[in-house]
Amino acid sequence: MAGILVFVEQRQGKVKQSSLEALSEGRRLAGKIGANVSALIVGHQVENLVNDVAKYGCNTVLLAQHEALANYSPEGYRDALLEAVKEEQHRLVLLAGTAMGKDLAPRISARFDAGLATDCTTVEIATDGIITTRPVFAGKLLQKLKVSGSMAIATLKPNAFKAEQVNGNAPTVEQLPVRVDPSKWRAVLKTTLEPEVKKQDVSEASIIISGGRGMRGPEGYRILEELAAVLGGTVAASRAAVDAGWRPHADQVGQTGKVVSPNLYIACGISGAVQHQVGMINSKVIVAINKDPVAPIFKFADYGLVGDIFEIIPALTNEIKKLYNRG
Amino acid sequence: MKIALCIKQVPDTSVRVKIAQDGKIDASGVEYVINPYDEYALEEAVRLKEQITGSEITLVSIGPEKAQQMILKALAIGADKAVHLKVDNIPQDPLAIAKVLAEELKGGAYDIIFFGKKAVDNDNHQVGAIVAELLNLPCVTACTHYEVKDSEVTAYREIEGGVEVYEVQLPAVFTQEKGPHEPRYPQLRELMAARRKPLTVKQPNFSSSKTESLALSYPPARPQGKIVGKGVEAVPDLVRLLHEEAKVI
Ligand SMILES: Cc1cc2nc3c(=O)[nH]c(=O)nc-3n(C[C@H](O)[C@H](O)[C@H](O)COP(=O)(O)OP(=O)(O)OC[C@H]3O[C@@H](n4cnc5c(N)ncnc54)[C@H](O)[C@@H]3O)c2cc1C
Ligand SMILES: Nc1ncnc2c1ncn2[C@@H]1O[C@H](COP(=O)(O)O)[C@@H](O)[C@H]1O
Repeated sequence: MAGILVFVEQRQGKVKQSSLEALSEGRRLAGKIGANVSALIVGHQVENLVNDVAKYGCNTVLLAQHEALANYSPEGYRDALLEAVKEEQHRLVLLAGTAMGKDLAPRISARFDAGLATDCTTVEIATDGIITTRPVFAGKLLQKLKVSGSMAIATLKPNAFKAEQVNGNAPTVEQLPVRVDPSKWRAVLKTTLEPEVKKQDVSEASIIISGGRGMRGPEGYRILEELAAVLGGTVAASRAAVDAGWRPHADQVGQTGKVVSPNLYIACGISGAVQHQVGMINSKVIVAINKDPVAPIFKFADYGLVGDIFEIIPALTNEIKKLYNRG
Repeated sequence: MKIALCIKQVPDTSVRVKIAQDGKIDASGVEYVINPYDEYALEEAVRLKEQITGSEITLVSIGPEKAQQMILKALAIGADKAVHLKVDNIPQDPLAIAKVLAEELKGGAYDIIFFGKKAVDNDNHQVGAIVAELLNLPCVTACTHYEVKDSEVTAYREIEGGVEVYEVQLPAVFTQEKGPHEPRYPQLRELMAARRKPLTVKQPNFSSSKTESLALSYPPARPQGKIVGKGVEAVPDLVRLLHEEAKVI
């Protein structure tokens, strides 16, 4: 299998961590089969990102740059990716399983008539393609999926692979000639609305403090925000809290929300219904705080604490502050 | 406005999924429902129909005989007609599925084609965008809701830490995320009436698959949960365990 291409996502001049994870995985696979790895960055004036990307090791950095590509364009970014694949005859294309990666990957699959495995947690090279592991049924089962053919595409689940810096030769940098004609685009990004309070996205956080119906109302979340601030984490919610209008849907964890796998998930006033469970069961460590000693969440929380959230959370925040002050 | 909507019948995932002897999903005792994201898309389609007079919604579904229950329910909720592409077992390859759907949708002169952002059985998150490319139509994926004016749609799409707002020229494809609108339920009277709506059954032909499911397994079980203690007194213990044992803080 010749040539691995990794699409490296940047937004507002910042490279996505999950793309670096994909690049590291691409490098590992390339090492096994003696192939080259190229990283494609699409954007406007993104030369300064070459160094950030090079640290993770690749043979070539391809830059597709144009004023009109400053922000995401489904058609524009797709065309750049198509061009990059064609140019170097890549046989495996990896993307991070982000909103952008999930949007682009199937388009490439259609255009090259190549199989795509989404949200992979492992990838191995096979004789005529790749074999991946991926969660199905919202993580209740794992599927071993083979993608065959002269070209394969995979999106990688964020947080499932390690991003590792390496020492090595500096990559060659190439400008990828792409024809960009925004007047032909039929779906055009007009603007990106940002929440009033900027926070780390639930799908990208390594520490999540999640609140459910037990928080009693939107004000209840203040103590969770405080704990999140001390831990460098972000606040999420159960569907009960989202449906009640206390938190935005973007914060929802579970079957109809986000499926997350942080290092630490603290569930506060959440009963642990199966539809919530499937969204967070792959967290490395789960802590549950609930006043009901027989709440289902205690069956699978690594550490459970029985009691009133409104007493326990402030005490927990204080205790962690003390720990960090001791250094 | 001519609207098409692709819907898939999936096992109800609020229950346990079991692996059968043959390595596939154990179908015994499984209830089948409309894929939740397709249900959200249907709600958006019906809202458009209510807003724009003379609109018509066509359902397209690849599935076995029993998928007709779901088709009937969707007709009752507000679709006008349906095409059932009947198979004994739904092929698993998203590209093969998309090609058959694209073929069916091709001649329909639809202004909008809706999909769910993903089917919650295999969680592929692919078919809608593939169909859009095969038909050479613009496509915005994982949209929560829309505003329509003449032949232009404003689509809202949730991304990490924000919402992207797209202006899209019709005809176009949209894939549906859970949005602000709760799906409605059909009335008994509407369920009766749905039986009289046109339903065409066809036999599709599938191309060869690029992907193959080799095996299903259960994820490694989590160790039995452990209660650290009760009340505020247990907080120092919890912090010590998280720091020294779990090493996550
Ligand atoms: C198709 C479908 C999809 C769904 N998708 C999702 C999804 O994506 N995400 C999701 O979360 N749910 C989802 N659900 C809903 C799910 O079934 C549950 O209803 C929901 O998770 C319950 O939320 P909760 O745990 O916050 O509330 P509850 O189940 O009401 O639990 C509240 C908990 O808080 C505890 N509590 C109350 N007060 C205090 C206090 N002062 N101190 C300590 N503890 C306290 C209680 O003991 C209780 O255990 C879905 C359901 C369906 C049917
Ligand atoms: N068998 C099918 N019949 C009709 N539509 C389907 C079928 N499979 C997938 N789809 C559509 O494609 C969307 C995405 O599916 P997937 O890419 O498989 O996750 C679904 O939400 C449906 O709208």
